[in-house]
Amino acid sequence: MHTIEEIMNILSEVKPDLTVAPDEELVRTGVLDSVDIMSVVMALAEEFDLEISPLDLKEENFHTANAILALVNRLDD
Amino acid sequence: MKHILALLDRTVRRWGERPAFGDEHGTLTWNQVGQAVQSLGTALAHAGVQRRPVALYLDHEVPCLLAMLGTLAAGGFYTVLDTAQPPERVRRITNQLEPVLLVTDAAHRQAADALDLTCPLLEIDDALTCSPDPFLLQKLREEAIDTDLAYVLFTSGSTGTPKGVAVQHRAVLAYSAWTAGTFAIDETTVFGNQTPFYFSMSVTDLYTALRTGAQVQILPKRLFSFPVQLLDYLTTHEVNTLYWVPSALGGVVRWKALDYTALPPLRTILFAGETMPTPYLNYWRAHYPAALFANLFGPTETTDICAYYIVDREFADDEPLPIGRACDNCGLLVLTEDGREAAPGQVGELCARGSFLAAGYYNMPDKTAERFCPNPLQPHYPEIIYRTGDLVRYDDQGLLQYMGRADNQIKHMGYRIELGEIETAAFGQEGLQSCACLYDAPRDRLVLFYTGKKGLEEALRPRLAARLPAYMQPGAYRRLQAMPQNQNGKIDRAALRALCKED
Repeated sequence: MHTIEEIMNILSEVKPDLTVAPDEELVRTGVLDSVDIMSVVMALAEEFDLEISPLDLKEENFHTANAILALVNRLDD
Repeated sequence: MKHILALLDRTVRRWGERPAFGDEHGTLTWNQVGQAVQSLGTALAHAGVQRRPVALYLDHEVPCLLAMLGTLAAGGFYTVLDTAQPPERVRRITNQLEPVLLVTDAAHRQAADALDLTCPLLEIDDALTCSPDPFLLQKLREEAIDTDLAYVLFTSGSTGTPKGVAVQHRAVLAYSAWTAGTFAIDETTVFGNQTPFYFSMSVTDLYTALRTGAQVQILPKRLFSFPVQLLDYLTTHEVNTLYWVPSALGGVVRWKALDYTALPPLRTILFAGETMPTPYLNYWRAHYPAALFANLFGPTETTDICAYYIVDREFADDEPLPIGRACDNCGLLVLTEDGREAAPGQVGELCARGSFLAAGYYNMPDKTAERFCPNPLQPHYPEIIYRTGDLVRYDDQGLLQYMGRADNQIKHMGYRIELGEIETAAFGQEGLQSCACLYDAPRDRLVLFYTGKKGLEEALRPRLAARLPAYMQPGAYRRLQAMPQNQNGKIDRAALRALCKED
């Protein structure tokens, strides 16, 4: 099982000045733009050695840090 | 026809009950659009905007389209401001434009107030409740002529002051007639609009729709991060026509998203704004063998487009696409540095003449005189041509090939280099998703930025060595997790240049 801290670390690698709560909306608010989202996806795939399928690349899996954590835990099962 | 809104009048009469503009929040019919434009036009006319600039500070949604048309109904011309830009940048545009009115909404009221403009502000929801005054609007229409301005679009201008390209009604009328005819756009067309309204490509979506009764479905920007959901959104809204920047089409390619969901009912796929990597085109064509694909080319100064190529054969992954031939009512010249016509096959600057030409740059007489100048090949009467600054040559099929920007040609190891050639040679490499080559002047080296598999440079190095001369070999390869994009969705070369400096 991964932790929310690991996800927060990845988010702050992509956006160094980012401070968000685990349930804060990231996509619709524009906190993460399309380039940031792509960077997060690539960082997750590399650091956790995950296969992220195009079908996993959905707004509901990336809209909060907690959603990202749930996705990572499901894929790393 | 002298006024763009004559197209709207005709479409409302003919297709009033059909869907016109849609976004995430809903869809309006042409009748509803017609009524909203009357209300907005009346409210703006009361503000006295005839032949004056109106700034629109609204998001990429239907109300912004209504405000654009409402401005035209009031006899004014508009500039759409990017609400995502920092206020200093917006002010650089408003300083140049000196608008007499700014239209915004409640959500952006605070940010709009912070722009500190001297002109009054109008909230669109208030303007929409204004009762239409058909006599006033009729009078304004009668006083309009086809050389009045319709809008001023500001080009990003990576350095210095942004340039406002001033476009007249007659250019949009001529241009939209060409797009509608050439790409068989009609009332059954549904555009999936990707490009923002401050970018010239959106002119095609909006005004071709106005002319034909086609529908414009605005695509939420965030969906471009989620390609399968994006395709499903196209299917749900029955989008059948795309006119996107290649980077946006590339997002679907990168995830092979067309292989993961039902194919949207696309029949026409047009692209412009940056060089189309041929592997992207080939992926899309493999899934839509019967669709029409066309490479469009042109600057904001020719309304949107001056040359086009309808894809009519197979292309290898590392073969560049031609930009083709001139649009109707748009003459193209290829001129040498001394102002003569380039010989067949010789590289020269692309210059355009004809009805699509902009009137010039707003409040910038010197810049206007520099780029909009007399045709050296026409000694018998004054004719203005626009010098695009793009280098082209005719290939042996008589099609124009793009050879890069005149001001972007770099000299490296004593040779003139077109960076696009290096990118084209890299494309076709298995595992490469996107790439952009830059010249790092302080270190006199070429840097190839790419996204794709880790360690891909081991494969790219020999590939480029086999295809390009030594002076065109990148001195550095940099893998990025994502290619930076600007607000229009194109590769952000300024951001890449900043990365060169960081190294």
